Amino acid sequence: MSPASPTPSPATPVVVRRPRLTSGLLLLILLVVLAFLFDVALGPVRIPVLTVARHLLGHGAAADTATAFIVHQIRLPKALTALAVGSGLAVSGLQMQTLFRNPLAGPSALGLTAGAGLGVALIMLTSGSAASALAVRQLGLAGSWALVLAATAGAAAVMALVLALAARVRDNVVLLIVGLMVASVTGAIVSLWQYFSAPEQIQEYLLWTFGALGGVTGPHLAVLATVVALGLGLALTSAKPLNALLLGENYARSLGLRVRRSRTLIILSTSLLAGSITAFCGPIGFVGIAVPHLTRALLGTADHRILLPGACLLGAALVLACDCLAQLPGSQITLPINVVTSLLGAPVVLWVVLRRPIRTAA
Amino acid sequence: MSLAPPSPAAPILTAENLTVGYAVRKNAPRLVAGPLQLTLWPGELVCLIGPNGAGKSTLLRTLAGVQAQLGGQLAVGGRPLASLPPEARARQLSVVLTERIEASHLTVQELVNLGRHPHTGWLGGLSAHDHAQVQAALVATGTAQFAHRPVGELSDGERQKVLLARALAQDTPLILLDEPTAHLDLPNRVALLRLLHELARTLGKAILLSTHELDLALQAADRVWLLPATGELLAGPPEDLVLSGAFAAAFQREGLAFDVATGTFELHAPTGPAVQLLGEGPAAFWTRRALLRAGFVPTASPAAWRVTVPPDVGRGSWQSQVPGRAMQQHTTIADLLQVFSNDYRKLA
Repeated sequence: MSPASPTPSPATPVVVRRPRLTSGLLLLILLVVLAFLFDVALGPVRIPVLTVARHLLGHGAAADTATAFIVHQIRLPKALTALAVGSGLAVSGLQMQTLFRNPLAGPSALGLTAGAGLGVALIMLTSGSAASALAVRQLGLAGSWALVLAATAGAAAVMALVLALAARVRDNVVLLIVGLMVASVTGAIVSLWQYFSAPEQIQEYLLWTFGALGGVTGPHLAVLATVVALGLGLALTSAKPLNALLLGENYARSLGLRVRRSRTLIILSTSLLAGSITAFCGPIGFVGIAVPHLTRALLGTADHRILLPGACLLGAALVLACDCLAQLPGSQITLPINVVTSLLGAPVVLWVVLRRPIRTAA
Repeated sequence: MSLAPPSPAAPILTAENLTVGYAVRKNAPRLVAGPLQLTLWPGELVCLIGPNGAGKSTLLRTLAGVQAQLGGQLAVGGRPLASLPPEARARQLSVVLTERIEASHLTVQELVNLGRHPHTGWLGGLSAHDHAQVQAALVATGTAQFAHRPVGELSDGERQKVLLARALAQDTPLILLDEPTAHLDLPNRVALLRLLHELARTLGKAILLSTHELDLALQAADRVWLLPATGELLAGPPEDLVLSGAFAAAFQREGLAFDVATGTFELHAPTGPAVQLLGEGPAAFWTRRALLRAGFVPTASPAAWRVTVPPDVGRGSWQSQVPGRAMQQHTTIADLLQVFSNDYRKLA
């Protein structure tokens, strides 16, 4: 049985939209490549972009070992970390916004980041003294695994709690309050731990909350990259369920979606992404909230098959750009990444909130 | 508009002794309606009507599989609904719900594309066949010309048509609509019911909708499912239910008097004198309504008060006769009513 009265007109609207999406995604890829090159080039020792490109392509001058060392041992891991952080947080934020149908949802707004922080705090407490970067260095791979697992478990526990409460409340605003309250309680537990801790432990935790892209190298980068890749892979399989969830749970169910299963998939993916990134790099704010909105505005679509890769690219480009700014070009100082993303991200969130009523009225 | 197709062999939906309600606690379910015997045939438009609280929404949600049935048998496409996996159910029935679509940035095209969800692969990519189905659904509902507009910018009438297009794109033999006319103005309500009636005919779909629009339901439905507050559902062509008095009885509890002669609910309870109405045609019809509203009781039998309506609408005038004064001419109904009201006050 088909609703086929007249033959479909040849001017199918879908075809009209393609060029914008394709050019948008190509633009994003270009942005990521540029931001990546500049991120490797900038720093206390400035390396020409062309030299960077040559090194990255494996054609670096053999004699220039200092540059090769800086590029391969310091800058490249940091840029790769920025890439993972940006894409992971953006995708996780997009998933949360669609799942909860709330434009201001993100890993941190729903207490996920706070949960990861609690996990890290607990690990620091049990292992005596260890900031994320320090822990990774001192405890080796085993330590980083413990940190990732603790942060992921913390994030997943908070997420499970929020979802369990979500089953009882249908109102998205109430759910957001629930998330914020959970984050608040989690934060209070961390504060309680800080109150009874030695000053150097608190200082290390404080350093962790500033966020750092530089501490993740070698095998630890491999761990982060693997977990983020896994999370992104899961996120990709959630594109179709997310599209159905745009209409709300009831419509999604009527479309044959197994809502509970899809929810679990999305939570798992977000927990892996936000948990691992927060574990290795500290809580990095606003990327998760701001990038999905920017992506929707740039690509002009609500289709997650395009939004997910789009947010992935834009998030990566944005964090790489933020890291470039964090180098404070022309100085030896490096600003904490969390400060830069928040400084850039908060105005974007403001723009989204203030733009909304104007559009509705139009 | 064509005649109803000959009754096909198999119904799309059957229910035997179906009871619906809420399982609040395991041993004490709250029964809302039932036991119900239901059938839905391909190509028919059925309106589910009944007073508030009779359980229309509960029944519709149960038929859609959103809510579990309390008891009895419910089969869609020949298979028990409860045992259908979600994907298979989504290929049997599609729904238009009352809840808002919050994703206001979604374009009409994207929204209707989502109707293909049960037919696409794990990534949700649309094939040429899927695109053709979406386009056909847009054309059938007259929504193709605004396929690029965001859903948030549509009027209520447009949005309802787009949601119907989404259900059509899902390509199911059965479509359920919960109060699709709720937020529409009269022209849009009429247009939507006409469209649904036509779709049931031309595409052979079974369409069930719940509505509060009794007048429209009586006109548009091939059959009516009348669910009174007593929970005993009556099904049949609307005319049979009206003539048997079942229709009037169902709404009597709400203090509504149904006029079998005009097929409308009486809005006024006139207390004034009887007025003999002479004449016919539109002028007589509308004069009758005006008199009713003003508190008079129009009648065809001889009475002391008398109105003769102009034979030609737009020309001629109304003549009124009241005991105790000479015959008067009126060029408008407003004039007639004013004079009548004055006469009535003098009398009283």
